[in-house]
Amino acid sequence: MNVLEIIFYALSAFALVCAIMVLISKNPIHSVLWLILVFFAISGHYILLNAQFLAIVNIIVYAGAIMVLFLFVIMLINVKKDSEPQKQLFVKFTGVIAGGSFLTLFISLVKQAMPLVGKTVPLKEGTIGLIHPLGKALFNDYVVPFEISSVLFLSAMVGAVLIGKK
Amino acid sequence: MTLLAFDWAFIIEKLILIVIIVLTTLLITLYTTFGERKVAAILQDRPGPNRAGPFGLLQPLADGLKLIMKEEIIPDASSRWLFIIGPGLAMTASLMTCAVIPWSTDLHLFGRTIALQVADVNIGILYIFAVVSMGVYGIMIGGWASNNKFSLMSALRAASQAISYEIAMGLALIALLMTTGTLSLKTIVEDQTAGHWWNIVYQPLGFVIFFICAMAECNRTPFDLPEAENELNFGYHQEYSSMKLGFYLFAEYVNMIMSSAIMASMYFGGYDLPFFDESTVAPNIAAMIGLGTLLIKIVLFVFLFMWIRWTIPRFRYDQLMNLGWKKMIPLALFNMLLTGALILSKL
Repeated sequence: MNVLEIIFYALSAFALVCAIMVLISKNPIHSVLWLILVFFAISGHYILLNAQFLAIVNIIVYAGAIMVLFLFVIMLINVKKDSEPQKQLFVKFTGVIAGGSFLTLFISLVKQAMPLVGKTVPLKEGTIGLIHPLGKALFNDYVVPFEISSVLFLSAMVGAVLIGKK
Repeated sequence: MTLLAFDWAFIIEKLILIVIIVLTTLLITLYTTFGERKVAAILQDRPGPNRAGPFGLLQPLADGLKLIMKEEIIPDASSRWLFIIGPGLAMTASLMTCAVIPWSTDLHLFGRTIALQVADVNIGILYIFAVVSMGVYGIMIGGWASNNKFSLMSALRAASQAISYEIAMGLALIALLMTTGTLSLKTIVEDQTAGHWWNIVYQPLGFVIFFICAMAECNRTPFDLPEAENELNFGYHQEYSSMKLGFYLFAEYVNMIMSSAIMASMYFGGYDLPFFDESTVAPNIAAMIGLGTLLIKIVLFVFLFMWIRWTIPRFRYDQLMNLGWKKMIPLALFNMLLTGALILSKL
């Protein structure tokens, strides 16, 4: 076992523990904080793959921006443990069905990944995640999808402003 | 010295470097608090702290001792763990920035070349940006965990202020990156040293935007709405006592020093001493001169921060938001377009 493997297993265990804590925490604020730790663990995995840009953008966007908004909303609506209304049986039932179908989806995905078993990921090498190759790929090969997605963001922004003005 | 296919001498070298940098930063921070009180005193035409030691030089030690010796109170209704984590997080986030700052040129000691930078990652500026966005959590968690409505309100203020000004800051940085063409702080500084102009010449507007946003990110007056005593009693650290309060207050000063170091590195040549050819002296001496130059630049910026704090009154909250969203962001966008147009016309 070399150092990279030790780091990999430690990070994976950390990510799994944090993800489980997201689910079993009673307090939604604690859940959000555990989720932030999950994002950090995932960024750690990106760094192991030498994808520094992805790692840091994952932290900036998810841990730095989206989770702050989550915290904001939860702090402002101030969810309390005892005042939370009991959910109806129907809602619980739909939740189980939705979760179950998602699980099947995941299992089929893992099954599709079977040919990859036994192959090793090029740890600490490869340049695809570095900023220069990524920028070249985005602005040469994928420039149209990239621009279209930016228009999508713009329309979302305009929509948010419009709703805010009402 | 290799074990597990790892160069341990490298690890030890970096560890020593980290410890030295963190300790020095904390020591400088200690004296920044003293400097702040002295600057305030000069601007308000009074002597300032002058009792502890010669010229009051032992005042920060007395302050620190006082903070440590105070009784520590953890409110009953608070979330205990988060209440404790909050100040630590604020401090960690502000100290983490120093990892990518190039303090000087390489030192040559014991046959090794020691880079005076903890990590020369090729995404240095993005790293700083990530750490800055992490800084919000210390404040938010502390404010929420205190279970006090004033603390919570102040934490929300701090967070929304930080988010708003981060955008303009990022846009100002993009314009800088367009001219430098790299995200590595080391390369940015090196580009400015070898007979070139400092980046401030190419990006004057970008620097002004960045400076204002840095002031807002550090929660310094005129942007210290989270600590507006007349509206919020004391701010997000209202329930804190003893060294936990000290950590919050300290983190603000560390932030100030770090943002000064970043501004000096990005816009003012970093460790570059102007009109001086570093290759004429021995490399170790050149490194020391560089370190001294960077420290002087940092002190000048910190003084500027203080000068503004004791001169300009605090904004109102709506003024702050208007400035952030309706003035800084369009200005930063304009700066970006202008830079792009200039680069295009040069091609």
